[in-house]
Amino acid sequence: MLSSLQVNDQLVFQHDQFGQLLATLHERGYQVIGPTVRDRAIVYDTLTSVTDLPIGYTDEQEAGTYRLKKRDDEALFGYAVGPHSWKKFLHPPVIRLWRARREGHGFQTISEDHASPKYAFIGVRSCELHAIAIQDRVFMRADATDPVYQSRRKDLFIVAINCGQAGGTCFCTSMNTGPKATFGYDLALTEVIDPPSHSFVAHIGTELGAEILSTLGTEHASPDVLQKAEQVVTNTAQQMGRHMPATPTEIKDLLARNLEHPRWDNVAKRCLTCTNCTMVCPTCFCTTVEDTTDLAGEEAERVRTWDSCFTMDFSYIHGGSIRASTKSRYRQWMTHKLSTWYDQFGTSGCVGCGRCITWCPVGIDITEEVHAISESEKEEP
Amino acid sequence: MQTLEALLAEHPFFTGLELPYIQVIANFASYDHYSAHKYLFHEGEQAAHFYIIYEGKVALETFAAERGMITIETIEAGEVLGWSWLFPPYRWHFAARVVEPTSAIILDGGGLRAKCQEDHHFGYELTKRVAHIMMQRLQATRLQLLDLYGMHA
Amino acid sequence: MMSIESSDPMLPRPYRVRRVRREIPDTFTLDLEPEDGSAIPSFATGQFNMLYVFGVGEIPISISGDPTKPGSLVHTIRAVGTVSRMMQKLKPTDVIGVRGPFGSHWPIERAIGKDIVIIAGGIGLAPLRSTLYQIIKEREKYGKVVLIYGARTPEDMLYRKECERWQKQPHLEVSLTVDRATSSWCGSVGLVTKLIPRASFDPQKTLALICGPEVMMRFSAVELEKCGVAAENIFVSMERNMKCAIGFCGRCQYSRSFVCKDGPIFSYGSIRDLLVKREI
Repeated sequence: MLSSLQVNDQLVFQHDQFGQLLATLHERGYQVIGPTVRDRAIVYDTLTSVTDLPIGYTDEQEAGTYRLKKRDDEALFGYAVGPHSWKKFLHPPVIRLWRARREGHGFQTISEDHASPKYAFIGVRSCELHAIAIQDRVFMRADATDPVYQSRRKDLFIVAINCGQAGGTCFCTSMNTGPKATFGYDLALTEVIDPPSHSFVAHIGTELGAEILSTLGTEHASPDVLQKAEQVVTNTAQQMGRHMPATPTEIKDLLARNLEHPRWDNVAKRCLTCTNCTMVCPTCFCTTVEDTTDLAGEEAERVRTWDSCFTMDFSYIHGGSIRASTKSRYRQWMTHKLSTWYDQFGTSGCVGCGRCITWCPVGIDITEEVHAISESEKEEP
Repeated sequence: MQTLEALLAEHPFFTGLELPYIQVIANFASYDHYSAHKYLFHEGEQAAHFYIIYEGKVALETFAAERGMITIETIEAGEVLGWSWLFPPYRWHFAARVVEPTSAIILDGGGLRAKCQEDHHFGYELTKRVAHIMMQRLQATRLQLLDLYGMHA
Repeated sequence: MMSIESSDPMLPRPYRVRRVRREIPDTFTLDLEPEDGSAIPSFATGQFNMLYVFGVGEIPISISGDPTKPGSLVHTIRAVGTVSRMMQKLKPTDVIGVRGPFGSHWPIERAIGKDIVIIAGGIGLAPLRSTLYQIIKEREKYGKVVLIYGARTPEDMLYRKECERWQKQPHLEVSLTVDRATSSWCGSVGLVTKLIPRASFDPQKTLALICGPEVMMRFSAVELEKCGVAAENIFVSMERNMKCAIGFCGRCQYSRSFVCKDGPIFSYGSIRDLLVKREI
């Protein structure tokens, strides 16, 4: 075993040692979450051992399509992203904020301590690291912090993975969010399959990452192996299923000056306002709260749940919804994601993961929508 | 006491009107004062005059069966009252009741109409100004119709 | 486990109803004090609180009391939905939850030495009454102070007696107007916009504050601009669906901004392009 691993070291370990990584995390009290096959998709859930990973699986994704297929190798991470994102754990879909009990004429509130397990995320993609950073900016502002998010975020251990292949709907290169993981991780792995060799190159991001990795038998990565790892990333970057026709800041301005473009009417004819895109998007954060009581009316509670700007309730004020038409709701989602997010948080809200394209039942593709608006400007004399 | 011409020239309604026309209009003009509660005209009466208000307040009213008299607009200093003198059948559609003591120049509607007919340039200048007032009132009325402060405001 | 965490921004504080005043048919005013006897947080006029009815829900309501009198929290509320209709039934000693204050304020500190024009429509007078109280308290700091208030009918005029008292004060110019009236009304009948060009203020040195239905604010701002008031000196109060009031639930988004934390008070200049857009 190598002693004193340092941040920025590049190590190599064999694929059959991966289980030790999970075991170490379990021993340290982490609840280990990672990809696993369920209901014919790769979702994020608790991993008890390495065999829970989707070994030998890949996914085929297109607009409105997701299929799992078997690979001809035993890659642990040979697929892109599925319908879950890490926000499922950091920004839980349902959570009680507080309870209250009647007392005389009034009531006493009982706050939740929002304690959460210590999470270790396995297999976080570069786009997802960006998505987490984006939600950090939403929920941990200088002037206000969401205690639910913060308690789950502060002890998070991240094992990132550099994608071995791009998905059919991926466009991280267009959004400058990948495919290479460059920040925000404790360890970043690249799976290198070069028969008969099957190993992981590990880049150490933090001291804690170094400590966890030191429980495996690792060797310093040779230039040859590093070159192979770089090649994996380069290959992935060239396989992107989608592209945006402009840079993220150009898209921001493009949409800002086209709020009345006829393309919005066009997409409104197709959009079902089913809210799938907002559910699968790793950065969408909107919620609602429900205030309820028990049958006796003695105990009340407030529960926060995910919500979507596509619902009629979302913008309802006395008398009606501000955004009643499908067109206005679609426009709100897309312009927020790609344009006004900059005004609010200083970056784009989109990380190019392609989930919204894959999981839209009618196959609406935001890259295609941006393309249509962009092209129409070029046509103008 | 200013001359009728001087008074007409300084009223916002006649801003920009050439002096010869102001003089023509002065020939159809007389100055009067009205005390509160007096009716300048009633709904259905002959619309003989065009009122140029200098001081005070006049309420335009209509009668709605079980609701009694309803004021739908008030006209104040610097405004004008009435355009029914310009269009057939030359009858008032509303009543005008003085709310605060009012001073006004009253123009002979028939005389103005005849002059418009004889001199189209004059007619255009006058009608243009009346149309502008109607446009402003219509826009305001449309907003009033929205019942902005009602249940769903 | 039992704790009153003042640091959790989503936790309401219990406030007791001291007095209920029926204003106009669907509108009432609550005078509140903290149940535990602690101090009421100070507020700036234009800000709002989230008011909670046990087990029913929570709504954003502007503060309409006197900011210079810290002993009570006053909210004027219109019964338009489930929660506000429940609040209409409140009686003295009942308890509701309060979170806040939140949001931006009417920036009258920018109006020192200048004229102030306040234009209110309907329930919009509620938050602006706070501002008027503050202005009256430090009247010598400002130039001319104009209030133009429009209501549906004289019977629907909020704080009517106070309005008539203000009308009698020599250092305030108060114009009241209604959409329609019976012959007993001696005031103006017509939209507030009509009274704007008639008011005495120096457009080059004026701060304008507008509150009321969005349509009314839009047209009033246009009228003020026509009179020569610069867009960055005109302020409006926007309203959107809110659940958290701290910029996390995302519901109050108004294009680039969150109404709860970037507003509800916005300069007309900063949102002029949005006010004319449908369903934004």
